Amino acid sequence: MVMATSKKRRGIPGKANKLVAYFLHHLQSLVFSLGKIYKAPTTTIMTVAVIGITLSLPSGFYLFLKNIEAMSGDLSSSTQITLYLDLKTSEKSARKLSKALASQETVQKTEFISRDSALQAFRQSSGFGKSIDTLSSNPLPHTIIVIPKSDSDRFEIKNLLNSLQSLPEVKIAKLDTEWLERLFTILEIAKRAVGIITLLFAFAVLLIIGNTIRLDIQNRYQEIIVTKLIGATNAFIRRPFLYGGLWYGLFGGIISWLIVELGYLAISGPLGRLNMLYQAELDIVTFSFQDFIILISSSTLLGLTGSWIAVAKHLNQIEPT
Amino acid sequence: MIEFKNVSKRFEGGFEALRNVNMQLGEGEMAFLTGHSGAGKSTLLKIISLIEKPTRGQALLNRINLKTVSKYRVPYIRRNIGIIFQDHQLLFDRSVFDNVALPLTIQGYRHQEIAKRTRAALDKVGLLQKEKAMPITLSGGEQQRVGIARAVVHKPMLLLADEPTGNLDPVLSREIMQIFVDFHQVGVSVLVASHDLSLIDELQKPVLTLNGGQMTHNDLQPIAAYES
Repeated sequence: MVMATSKKRRGIPGKANKLVAYFLHHLQSLVFSLGKIYKAPTTTIMTVAVIGITLSLPSGFYLFLKNIEAMSGDLSSSTQITLYLDLKTSEKSARKLSKALASQETVQKTEFISRDSALQAFRQSSGFGKSIDTLSSNPLPHTIIVIPKSDSDRFEIKNLLNSLQSLPEVKIAKLDTEWLERLFTILEIAKRAVGIITLLFAFAVLLIIGNTIRLDIQNRYQEIIVTKLIGATNAFIRRPFLYGGLWYGLFGGIISWLIVELGYLAISGPLGRLNMLYQAELDIVTFSFQDFIILISSSTLLGLTGSWIAVAKHLNQIEPT
Repeated sequence: MIEFKNVSKRFEGGFEALRNVNMQLGEGEMAFLTGHSGAGKSTLLKIISLIEKPTRGQALLNRINLKTVSKYRVPYIRRNIGIIFQDHQLLFDRSVFDNVALPLTIQGYRHQEIAKRTRAALDKVGLLQKEKAMPITLSGGEQQRVGIARAVVHKPMLLLADEPTGNLDPVLSREIMQIFVDFHQVGVSVLVASHDLSLIDELQKPVLTLNGGQMTHNDLQPIAAYES
């Protein structure tokens, strides 16, 4: 006769402890929603594929950037300072200077290019051979290329540059980092672009999953009404849909990972050659384990969030009439 | 069990489905609710099952005022009622067993207990051997019996049935009604809306008649008798 609320029912034999029942239903919903996916493979595969493709774009860009960065990091360690000597400097004293510099602590090695060999090289590579012949004298100075110790940081390189610049024989000391700085700036822009793209595509995934779950809710309209009349709480009805979104996100993440990995396999050949052309002995960087975990967990989270939004918006509106 | 005091239900647009309805169904009582289509039978059942709220008057279920129940308590109150629909409302994507087990799953019963009670309920409606069948493979009468098994599996105190024999032939209808009488005999309160007057006459149970939203005939004891 007493209205049996859940509290008063606790003692009834056969009825699981409230907490146990709660986790039990979570587990049931998890498996049940997986079962639904298994029973409707075509729809699921299509949804999951769309999510996978959508996520593969930002993650592919991310990986691309990661490779460029790895390459540029290697290049920045090959920084060199070019010293253009005064035209009056004799070849002999220039060679002496080059040797002296090479023995300095902060310098790894130096390379001397005499003005004659420089002209020779220029004649061959520039294609201006004939016009060079018309010149009365060689306009090129002796050049010393100074390669700093490989572990020197920017500050040390800057100091070295200053000390080299102050040498009397040196007319111009030039640090070849401008193009590197440009590259870094471009990378910075690209990073932000990837950030924006990631945000947009994450939003797209939210919409895709939200819409899929909304359709799922509509398809099971009758079932929702019947279970409500039998005494199901909103939380009970919500759970399978939430787990459905979670699975979509998880599988979508795995697919996007596969797409990107396969994509990199496909372009690894030319990328390796590009590496060789830059004389950088680098392996192609793919997803690290950490990247993989981040990708999968954020796509799963997106799935859960998308379905949560859809469920919050549509499920509570369904009431038996 | 159920108590209606001057209950009126007016829908948006002004249609008055129930007008000053008074009735009382005691614990363990069984009654039939009759009347033409549109007389208010379904509205009355909907108020008891918390689908609609009365506009005026007081509707009580086990002394709980159905008008002021918060929406969070609605599911828990519904667990005390077993509802049987005319079109049985089975879920066609799962087996007979899973359909009948649903109320127990919702209420968080243990696995073994669910199996035991579900089989007991199926046995009561004579469908134990069909537990693995899909509802679509069953006849109309069998589907309705599955619907009844689902309504009684969690041993509710009150059974509500809305035209449970509406789609069945006379022989099957009699079988279904007999199941309700059996439940009444083991102490469950039963309220069946039906317009199968000849069958109702046969069963010799109290009858409530609605006409145009008003209670024109009431075999049950008047409220005053309980209040004294």
